[in-house]
Amino acid sequence: MRILITGGHVIDPSQEFAGRADILIEDGRIKTFAKEKKLRNNQAQVIDAEGHWLIPGLIDMHTHLREPGFENKETIKTGTLAALRGGFTTVCAMPNTNPVNDNPGVTEFILKKARAEGHARVLPIGAVTKGQMGEELAPLYMMREAGCIAFSDDGRPVANPLIMRRALEYAKGLDALIISHAEDPVLSDGGVMNEGLLSATMGLKGSPAIAEEVMIYRDIALSELTGGRVHIAHVSTLGGVRVIRQAKERGIAVTAETCPHYFSLTQDAVCGFNTSAKVNPPLRTRRDIEAIKEGLKDGTIDIIATDHAPHGRAEKMSRQFDDAPSGISGLETALSLSLALVEEGVLTEMELIRKLTQTPARILRVDGGTLKEGMPAELAIVDPQRRSVLKAAHLKSLGQNTPFDGMEMKGAVIKTFFGEKIMEWGQE
Amino acid sequence: MASVKHLLGIKELSAQEIMLYLNSAGSFKDILKRDIKKVPALRGRTVVNLFLEPSTRTRTSFELAAKRLSTDVINFSAPSSSILKGESLLDTALTVEALGADIIIIRHSSSGAPHMLSRHIKAHLINAGDGTNEHPTQALLDAFTIKEKKGGFEGLKVAIVGDIIHSRVAKSNIYCLKKLGADVRLVGPATLLPEEFRELGVSTTTSMDEGLEEADVIMMLRLQLERQGKGFFPTTAEYFRQWGLSKKRLETAKPDAIVMHPGPMNRGIEIASAVADGDNSVILEQVTNGLAVRMAVMYHLDERKEQ
Amino acid sequence: MTKQLLDSKEIDRSLTRISHEIIEKNKGAEGLCLIGIQRGGVHLAERIANKIKNTEGADIPVGSLDISFYRDDFRIRQPSVIGRTDMPFDVEGKKVVIVDDVFFTGRSIRAALDAIMDMGRPALVQLAVLVDRGHRELPIRADYAGKNIPTSRENERVEVLLEEDGHEDSVILTPVTGEGRSAGEPEGEVNNG
Repeated sequence: MRILITGGHVIDPSQEFAGRADILIEDGRIKTFAKEKKLRNNQAQVIDAEGHWLIPGLIDMHTHLREPGFENKETIKTGTLAALRGGFTTVCAMPNTNPVNDNPGVTEFILKKARAEGHARVLPIGAVTKGQMGEELAPLYMMREAGCIAFSDDGRPVANPLIMRRALEYAKGLDALIISHAEDPVLSDGGVMNEGLLSATMGLKGSPAIAEEVMIYRDIALSELTGGRVHIAHVSTLGGVRVIRQAKERGIAVTAETCPHYFSLTQDAVCGFNTSAKVNPPLRTRRDIEAIKEGLKDGTIDIIATDHAPHGRAEKMSRQFDDAPSGISGLETALSLSLALVEEGVLTEMELIRKLTQTPARILRVDGGTLKEGMPAELAIVDPQRRSVLKAAHLKSLGQNTPFDGMEMKGAVIKTFFGEKIMEWGQE
Repeated sequence: MASVKHLLGIKELSAQEIMLYLNSAGSFKDILKRDIKKVPALRGRTVVNLFLEPSTRTRTSFELAAKRLSTDVINFSAPSSSILKGESLLDTALTVEALGADIIIIRHSSSGAPHMLSRHIKAHLINAGDGTNEHPTQALLDAFTIKEKKGGFEGLKVAIVGDIIHSRVAKSNIYCLKKLGADVRLVGPATLLPEEFRELGVSTTTSMDEGLEEADVIMMLRLQLERQGKGFFPTTAEYFRQWGLSKKRLETAKPDAIVMHPGPMNRGIEIASAVADGDNSVILEQVTNGLAVRMAVMYHLDERKEQ
Repeated sequence: MTKQLLDSKEIDRSLTRISHEIIEKNKGAEGLCLIGIQRGGVHLAERIANKIKNTEGADIPVGSLDISFYRDDFRIRQPSVIGRTDMPFDVEGKKVVIVDDVFFTGRSIRAALDAIMDMGRPALVQLAVLVDRGHRELPIRADYAGKNIPTSRENERVEVLLEEDGHEDSVILTPVTGEGRSAGEPEGEVNNG
């Protein structure tokens, strides 16, 4: 089968290309990437992408697919469908499932399930410690053999600095990446929103920005000491950005991500005890948002990940704020929210797409995130101008927990290609 | 005129709505002075006390207030409730509503629990204290007491003393008194009184003498003893030396200052017995006024139709 | 069209007559007290008390009664501030005269009777009204009525306007259109029973 996508504005950071190009897909692979010239239609199905963007399939380094164990929140099947809906063709599955992905058996289960039912590529992330308890190292080598591409205790920090040191030392031998959920649990002390006047007046326990900053500093220092590679997940604070920037200036090989909600919403979103805006790390302040944008702009923050954290409606929306689980269903809103950065002049379109494709591929050391000839056809066609009102109930994810429900979104994925599969998305 | 269906917090009320409650409370207080302390105003209504955090005083006050209005009252409290059997708060509240509750009075240890219920429940909800967020009827009864004693609020110097950050009473009182035009000062240890509170238009100080100077009203808060040992303050003895209200400290305030406390008191820890039982104390009147104000709240909420 | 039923002179004459009748029927002012129903009845009770003082030289205590808590229409009532009930005397053993402006269905008087009974046990209770417009729904009658005025139950409203509230004394009849009350609906703020 041949498909010719013609007339689109192609952005492929891996080839440093942004401009008009035609792309011919044959049998699920990119056959021809024709810059600045028109390909002839030799018996191909033609897709006219005039006025649209053509981008490599996005790579999400931070996804909670919930399977096994929490299939009421999300499954590999629904989560990967949501991924395609959002333009993502690769998602990295965090290990906080039940059982925890802390052994090759669970890793193999996830990969098998993804092959059988998944709509997109699933790259498992293994736990750093057994049961994510922060006490004993998990069998990182065997999990790597089984297919884990990185390790993280995401959802909870590795509280004990000695265990983190050992993990980084050990991972270095495997050349494995450790992803740090940077939160000092003693300082955050059970906080459920950002600490400040708002938390005090709402009577909610605050998690201070310093809890993130201190932990980022610790993990960078340990990375420097051990030479183990560390990636800081979901940076949300001004202080965090500053610490990472200083480390990079000193030449430490740390990488970092932030998520769309940390540059789109302030803590005010939780007013009225709105649990859909409860997320960990918590939404912060206007100053933090500005710092995050600055960090994205100057490269301190390497990538944008979703921290897609779906939850069931009852547990997320019908519990008191303290008891409601943290997280935002983010795969299907990430690109629209990120496009605002281009509109605001924070990033160029090339820089933005790079943070969603080439750079995560480089950090993970995996293929993908490119439109080079011969690579699998993983790409998305995006209408950057299309406006629509987000309806949580229309999300493909089982997790309809989003604080953006009812808001107008600009920019929409209209088609996603994953190998031979082509998904076309309607207006809703 | 007030239009909200629930009483979730003072934060959500206008000064006008607050004054509606305060102005009506006097009529209800009159009833409490009669031989027959009961009116048929809410005859046939069912009130459920859903108290999922231990409390005798507030629950009793609501129960009696509801009975004075001729309602039927059901008490549903933590030890006997199915919450212990793992039922969610929402399911419990929906069950109570299905039993025919017209007004549900909710106390819960989680801030925002009544707000969550308000998105699912049709009955009127009254927040009787949620976590460390608000305790609106306490603030209304305190305001009613102040109005009775001082006539008004404009420019009145009110000192609120103690564990401000963990006190729902303090927060509701701050919102209420600010809306009514009082000059509010917060006094307490820096660990329990973040300076950010100044953004609410109040002053903060760690000095008791400074806070009490020329005060018309002194509101003492109950010190949660379990905070000791968590680094908020070293010992109760040290706390009393710095922030306890002693006879001598009281002299810093105006001679006719009134001393308030939401109860139950820790005598000798936040307040000296001589002050609690002294001439300036209006602590027992607060209890009586609590009944009148809670009657007014139930009566007026009952007027509000589905929106 | 608004129609004036009584002017200032006629109101005064009616109140004078009621004052005389009260004294006559009760054989003097001994043990008498007046209770005006909020809001329209209170001023009238004070006026009657003044007239009795002028003719008899007796000081008759006047109370004001808010019947909000005793109404039978609470299911459909509108939000309102509660008027103050002020009883500067004990009703126990007294001859109580309830005073109201407009006597209509009788439901307000029923509520007032219940409220008074909760305050004590009067020796007797009588009723004085300025205007009786008929259409009783309860077996209650007035002992003293200023003027009987036949009205349409649904389509008309009777209002008593008094100087004390910043009006010129008058009783007026106004047609009720559109959102007018239908049978069985409560008696509103203006149109007391």
